[in-house]
Amino acid sequence: MKERIRIAAGQGFWGDLPDAPVRQVEGGPIDYLMLDYLAEVTMSIMQKQKARDPTAGYARDFIPLMKRILPACVERDIKVTANAGGVNVRGCADALIEVARELGLAGKLHIGIVTGDDIMSRLDELLSRGVELRNMDTGAPLSTVRDSIQSANVYLGAAPLVEALQQGAHVVITGRATDTGLTLAPLMHEFGWAPNDWNRLAAGTIAGHIIECGAQASGGNCQFEWRNIPNLADVGFPIVEASPDGTFVITKHDGTGGCINIPSIKEQLVYEMGDPHEYITPDCVADFTTIRLQDDGRDRVRVYGVEGRAATEFLKVSISYSAGFKAVGTLVYAWPDAYEKAQAADKILRARLDRLGLRFDHILTEFVGVNATHGPLAGEARADAPEVQLRVGVRGQDRAAIERFTKEIAPLILTGPPAVTGFAGGRPKVEEIVAYWPALIPKSEITPSVEVLNA
Amino acid sequence: MKVQLAKLAHARSGDKGDTANVGLIALRDEAYPILVREVSGERVKQHFRGICRGDVERFELPNLGALNFLLHESLGGGGTLSLMTDAQGKTFSTALLRMEIEISDEEARKLELN
Repeated sequence: MKERIRIAAGQGFWGDLPDAPVRQVEGGPIDYLMLDYLAEVTMSIMQKQKARDPTAGYARDFIPLMKRILPACVERDIKVTANAGGVNVRGCADALIEVARELGLAGKLHIGIVTGDDIMSRLDELLSRGVELRNMDTGAPLSTVRDSIQSANVYLGAAPLVEALQQGAHVVITGRATDTGLTLAPLMHEFGWAPNDWNRLAAGTIAGHIIECGAQASGGNCQFEWRNIPNLADVGFPIVEASPDGTFVITKHDGTGGCINIPSIKEQLVYEMGDPHEYITPDCVADFTTIRLQDDGRDRVRVYGVEGRAATEFLKVSISYSAGFKAVGTLVYAWPDAYEKAQAADKILRARLDRLGLRFDHILTEFVGVNATHGPLAGEARADAPEVQLRVGVRGQDRAAIERFTKEIAPLILTGPPAVTGFAGGRPKVEEIVAYWPALIPKSEITPSVEVLNA
Repeated sequence: MKVQLAKLAHARSGDKGDTANVGLIALRDEAYPILVREVSGERVKQHFRGICRGDVERFELPNLGALNFLLHESLGGGGTLSLMTDAQGKTFSTALLRMEIEISDEEARKLELN
């Protein structure tokens, strides 16, 4: 057994710095590269792409990225865990196999694929058997949005990834697997952690939580002495250096920018935190109140003492459904009296929308430069503000009403208060809203499937 | 004396649906008991009036010198439903740091705030 495993985070979300994974592979020694591509609504985007093109439906950026790093990964035995498969794990694997063969790596690469997370085709059967898939936030039964559902995927944990690694996979591609499982699985595999070794599983889960948002653990979006964080232009993404006993160090490659210190790690630990006593994943329940942090030198923080408990009997389901339409329009008003003019324009706009008889579920006006982020906490607007952006959003079920709204923004330039600009982009776009429906499903309903393919 | 939380803490915030979370972290260990005493869920709810329409829950993390707040019904429906610029509650962190709390002169001296 290895005494130390290095797992590097390469993507904090689909659309993160494209070169970050390459730099993780080339910047120093690592054993695993972890790539998190899936946000809550990503699955529905991929479902739509697959409906148009049956070979699509996965994180397409993953393939050209792998083309760049695969030779180095094979040569240095760096394994990859990625939830890049979206709603078409096999299509993603096929595309990767093609790239591997182009690179002359045929026969040298085993690709593990994890499926079984997609329950879209099983929904009616589940509902008919009384699995209600109620919304965890509102308590509403899924039947209320049944006809609008666009995707339904269970969050799978580390176990199927561990199985793929044990079968010799160099790259493991999953669909909707948890972000934390992508980090935990390599640790369970390498260190032989048992699936009921709750404290170590919790430690690996917390390691995953710390690095799953990429550079947000290594100086990005960090408030603590932000001016003194060096060279964010060349920010190093975080790396977990884990030991068999479940302790680990968060660090980054030498010579990269950003910082890893106790405040930067604390900020990431509390990010999107719920009840810290129970961070629930498919693998375990981690207790964030047991985490201990220790300075371990420059850009190194040691994490130890983590305790966890048995996993629950449920898995979380991520369901997306079509929930109407929205559009947002903006205009910029300049000094003098910028805020007053923007407010007057908003009144005129709303009067016109009323006269048109347009009905919206929600209409929201914000004044960027005055109150868009902190609302009433921002206090009184400055009378001499150099400029204020009027930002009006509408949401509703009737697409035609939203379309009509988008035609009312530009005319304000010639028919409203003066000194206004900022409309180069044309009419605002009407967006279809794909909303997120979190639910729980008994674990007994779900059987993940693991297969290892040869390139 | 009154002091703004920004002098005692840093913070990061995020979202889960229509709930914003704000993790408030003491800049120095000695400031944590003051945060526990002064920054109650009720005070946070009051601070965010007009923004947070639901309950505020508070959790203590003495191991990190941090408090975690959950501000329910705060993000205009949350996720893709929200029309807000900050639909993900990313700036709730510094919005909380605007809060003013009361500390004693001795505490101010210990924290070198005089």
